[in-house]
Amino acid sequence: MQTTLGPLLYFWSKNDVFEFYEQVAESGFDRVCLGEVTCGKRRELKLADWLELAKRLQDKGKNVILSTMTLLESQSDYSQLKKVCGNEEFLVEANDMGAVQELSSRGLDFITGPSVNIYNAYTLKHLQKLGLKRWVMPVELSAEKLKAILAQAEALGIKEQLETEVFSYGYMPLAYSARCFTARVNKLNKDACEFTCLKTPEGIPLATQEGEKLFTINGIQTMSGQCMNLLDQWWMMEDMGVSSMRFSAHSKDVFTALDGLLTELDQEKPGSGIKIDDQCNGYWFGRTGLEMEQV
Amino acid sequence: MELVCPAGNYPSLKSAVDNGADAVYIGFRDETNARHFAGLNFSDKRAVKALEYARDRNVRILVAVNTYAQADNWSKWERAVDTASDLGVDALIAADPGVLGYAAEKHPSLNLHLSVQGSATNQGSLDFYHQNFGIKRAVLPRVLSLKQVAALADKSPVELEVFAFGSLCIMAEGRCLLSSYITGESPNTAGACSPASAVRWQETAAGGMDTRLSGKLIDRFKAGEQAGYPTLCKGRFDVEGEIDHALEEPTSLNTLDLIPGLSAMGISAVKIEGRQRSPAYVGEVTRVWREALDHYKQSPSSYQAKDQWMSALGKLSEGSQTTLGAYSRPWQ
Repeated sequence: MQTTLGPLLYFWSKNDVFEFYEQVAESGFDRVCLGEVTCGKRRELKLADWLELAKRLQDKGKNVILSTMTLLESQSDYSQLKKVCGNEEFLVEANDMGAVQELSSRGLDFITGPSVNIYNAYTLKHLQKLGLKRWVMPVELSAEKLKAILAQAEALGIKEQLETEVFSYGYMPLAYSARCFTARVNKLNKDACEFTCLKTPEGIPLATQEGEKLFTINGIQTMSGQCMNLLDQWWMMEDMGVSSMRFSAHSKDVFTALDGLLTELDQEKPGSGIKIDDQCNGYWFGRTGLEMEQV
Repeated sequence: MELVCPAGNYPSLKSAVDNGADAVYIGFRDETNARHFAGLNFSDKRAVKALEYARDRNVRILVAVNTYAQADNWSKWERAVDTASDLGVDALIAADPGVLGYAAEKHPSLNLHLSVQGSATNQGSLDFYHQNFGIKRAVLPRVLSLKQVAALADKSPVELEVFAFGSLCIMAEGRCLLSSYITGESPNTAGACSPASAVRWQETAAGGMDTRLSGKLIDRFKAGEQAGYPTLCKGRFDVEGEIDHALEEPTSLNTLDLIPGLSAMGISAVKIEGRQRSPAYVGEVTRVWREALDHYKQSPSSYQAKDQWMSALGKLSEGSQTTLGAYSRPWQ
């Protein structure tokens, strides 16, 4: 089982980002996805900065991938996408069909992130013909659904040609809007947002009036209110043919979670459980996303 | 611009046709479409009747098979595509690349429209669906500003359809999992958002109303306040100690004012949301929009949305208020 650190979904200062990835360089992650994927206005790091980080991480033996923006709206979002797709050095993770188009028309292999809607193997087959090498399952799907997709992939003769990754740890991106909710909460206009999301590096919790946490506001993105934790499911994923588990960082807790998993993998001791506060795993068990099924 | 109206049943379809729709979109009675609600949609037999009624009056019928095909139930989506083709519908509206691929290969003469659930917001995405599946038209998600729609229309390889009126999705369609996070069902997997089966209306001791989804409190109405349906993104929540509509208020999209702009940029069709609405609602919205579009066609330079149209639509809107949504930058 391999481990992937997904792209940073929050807005952190350039210093914090560089410092974080210094620690990533020394961590046990096999693969690291870099780049801004949430909001085109977040430009603490330019593409050149991300590429510098990419090279540093590659020198430390990491397999580096550049991730593209998820919701592409403006012409400048799209020009940025073209630049990332044309980087000529690193494999690119497409988070929108626009990126799939840009990459496949250049004859480049690519991978897809969790926001590309792949719900069956006919879609997989189509993308595989265009150059898809690895896909991340949409976060709302269950183990049973994944089994069905992989069985279908086998019947279509493409299972062996594709790697499957499962979003296994972190707050899940659930929705994208034209509206910036962080700006709205702070009574600011999106066009004059003052980059207020820098002040909430782990997003802003949204709860019911009875105090039950539902979601996390992160700019134009709405995320899960609970942290997905499927780390104790690695043995089941391995049985199914999943080749890597994705982590998404909201803080440096991600390293503790990773170390926990690596220890389990090392000792081949499944299910000792890596517990964290405020966690959920319901999607994987075919339930509502925010539930926590005790295994 | 073609006026594309919704119908969740035969009476609504008649109502749309009789009030001036150019095209009506419908779905079958299962999770293959994004309005999979109890008692709604068309059996094969009803669809034949609908088609006859529309054809006799020169109105086109579009069929939505626009959810994402689930691998454990794939044949259901194949069957829906085959049925639409056998019926001879004017176009199939689909989002899933697997479904689009099946339709393009098995029924090459079937017109394909990319559903809003396909989340195509940019040139590359439109090129992707056009080159791979030969789509003729794409319905744009409600996340683009008017300027961004214009830029896209300028280079689009296919006809573009935009949302004109109705309940407002504030998230990029096809990319919103809020509903499955709370209720287990989402538009992508089940064709449902904030499904009725998960809703509970609960009178409070103070004479007001609590609305819940899967037990979670979505909104709390005071006595005398009109309680609205608990759509997840339109609830009142606690964010940093402040109780408010953190994501969006109950409101409907209304773009009567934008008709000249949309027309000038070459938009091919305007869509009315609401297959879950009553025949009376569909009829009234269709009537107003027909009048507005005809008015614009007769005298483009002097077009102005009439007060009576605005107030008729205002009465049919969520929370009796309307917005331009993402078309207008300040909304964002």
